[in-house]
Amino acid sequence: MSEVDQKVAQWLQTNTFHHSEFWDMQELVRAKQEAGVTISLCIPTLNEEKTIGKEIIVFKSELMDRYPFVDEIAVIDSGSSDDTLEIAASYGADTYLSADILPDHGFKSGKGENLWKAIHQLKGNVICYVDADIKNIHPKFVTGLVAPLLYRPEIQYVKAFYDRPLALSEGVRPSGGGRVTEILVRPLFSVFFPELTALMQPLSGEYAVRREILETLPFPIGYGVETSHLIDVFQAHGLNAFAQTDLDRRVHRNQSTIDLGKMSFGILQSFLNRLRHYDIVSELPEVNGLFRQLQAEGRRYEMLNREIVEEERPPMISLPEYRKRHGRN
Amino acid sequence: MAKETECGATEAILEKREALGRLREILFANIVMAGEIPSPTGSEGELTQLLSDRFTECWLNDISRDQAGNVAGVLPGKDSKRNLLVAAHVDKIWPESDDHTVNVEVGKMSGRGIADNGLGVAVLATLPLILKALEIRLESNLILLGTTRSFGRGNLAGMRFFLENTDRAIDSALCVEGMNLGRLSYSSLGMARGVVTVEWQGEGGSPDERCSGAIARLNQVVGRILTLNRDEFPETRILIGSLEAGSGYNVPPGKAKVSFEIRSEDAGLVRRVEEEVASLVHRADAAYAGEVGVEMIAHRQPGDLGGDHPLVKQARYALDRLGIRPRVEPSISELAALLDKRIPALTLGITKGENRHTSDEMIHLEPIFDGLAQIVSVLQFMDSAGFGFEG
Repeated sequence: MSEVDQKVAQWLQTNTFHHSEFWDMQELVRAKQEAGVTISLCIPTLNEEKTIGKEIIVFKSELMDRYPFVDEIAVIDSGSSDDTLEIAASYGADTYLSADILPDHGFKSGKGENLWKAIHQLKGNVICYVDADIKNIHPKFVTGLVAPLLYRPEIQYVKAFYDRPLALSEGVRPSGGGRVTEILVRPLFSVFFPELTALMQPLSGEYAVRREILETLPFPIGYGVETSHLIDVFQAHGLNAFAQTDLDRRVHRNQSTIDLGKMSFGILQSFLNRLRHYDIVSELPEVNGLFRQLQAEGRRYEMLNREIVEEERPPMISLPEYRKRHGRN
Repeated sequence: MAKETECGATEAILEKREALGRLREILFANIVMAGEIPSPTGSEGELTQLLSDRFTECWLNDISRDQAGNVAGVLPGKDSKRNLLVAAHVDKIWPESDDHTVNVEVGKMSGRGIADNGLGVAVLATLPLILKALEIRLESNLILLGTTRSFGRGNLAGMRFFLENTDRAIDSALCVEGMNLGRLSYSSLGMARGVVTVEWQGEGGSPDERCSGAIARLNQVVGRILTLNRDEFPETRILIGSLEAGSGYNVPPGKAKVSFEIRSEDAGLVRRVEEEVASLVHRADAAYAGEVGVEMIAHRQPGDLGGDHPLVKQARYALDRLGIRPRVEPSISELAALLDKRIPALTLGITKGENRHTSDEMIHLEPIFDGLAQIVSVLQFMDSAGFGFEG
């Protein structure tokens, strides 16, 4: 067994959890108080009126009203044209327009922008990000991710993974990453960062991170934010800074293959940028931001070109406004 | 019961109703969770587990699940001699494989079974917290009961089992149903449910039968059953609830069945019509190359607490104070089993809603708080003094 394989096998033993290990809410509240941690829950949104209400109701009831586990629930919105913000506010969430946070730095459209601005806006020293499109919402989506940070000080970044079996045989469950993970990200990690293949679902939108780590990370504002985070945290702190938690099942809407193509293109850009940043591959050409897809209608074939540029926000700690607001001078 | 006492209970609740608002998120979360858990009749385990967990978190006493799968918990009263019961059936009409996702919008929620009876279960789960928020400590023990096997062949088996086997004498009881606010049931109809099955041999018979298989004969039987409706007082009605046959367009089905229900305020008439259906089916079978049979699967005895009963008057008063017009309707659900045992009991609705028993069953959220005020007001009245079945 290679050294990498040994490391991964060891890490899977010690740093992979199941949400059911953290079922006892009273114990979690005790552990939170003992660890002196404050927890902010951030839900980035763009037109999520169908699912946002239920998420807020369940999280607020179970994690704030019933048990004082989460200290704030915030919805950070990219400018929804539907009733996302109205619904979220009506059920008790703090709601923010991304454009209103750090206005001097402008607004860029993308989920990563909301995640980045959340670091400035929210107060907790742990931030848990949960996507807004989950249909089978449950408190485990937060407790399962935050709990490892309460019990293991060396863990900095906890990712979710889910039971999305591609096939089942003889009781062995495949890793169950999404299509983009299995076709793009896992092969890239296998070549350049093999230890990161230990993460079952590196692209999952649910994760909990300590503020001290988040504020040091540059943020691609688009599809590449999760991949970029993993590489940066790994380079700085190694595999043992990560943990992952099995949250069993996540029901959400499926994306079309066309959309997954765009997503892959954005991730690839971020990945290549990280390679250049860490000087892992020499003489990489400038990344082309034009994504080319083909469309056929009868016997007419045409190119569908789309500009996908993975802009990047700097580490939050580099902003004077942030250092002032959070006492980081 | 003096009018002052009736007024006192309701006025006090109305004054404190704002306190209920503090429980909004907990109540709403319970509705979501109770709504999203599939709970078909006979497979209610996951939903009763949720109730059991909630009862545990509220520190109820004697939390238990009985042989029928019912879940119960007791909120002890100051004077433990008397026992009040609040019940909600936990089964839903939908199979486990159906999508039970609850959709939440501003002021309303929708999804399969959210009103019947996800909301009733959620209110049961939240009731101890509601009483605490209103600073109400009852004199009597309050038994909270989630009952199984209410629908169809379940035949109220959960409630019947509880009443047959509990060692606590129940002074009076409330059944809670999600919709509609204003519903006031204090009587139960006599009822008999059955299924007529036709099996066709696959050949021979009339031209209709060769084309339509078992459906042709079932159609004749249904037509004859419907002639048994009686319009004269007391009215007797036969409801045809469902028809099942066939699998496509061009294959005559070999089997067909119809589910029906006979309802009347007169138990004797229900029995008589049931015998007429059996006789009619017997004749249809004798003249048929295939088989025609009937199976009776559930019965209810009629019962009536009476519109003048103090409990009914209090419920009317509470609704009146809330500005809600009562809708009196007889029940065929858990109330029937309670009235059978001569336990003073009502069924009350909790909120306004639409599309009952469809995939987009919908409830309005704000009227729930009126429904809760009504329930607590009646509960306090039940606690204030004992009364018999006769009032």
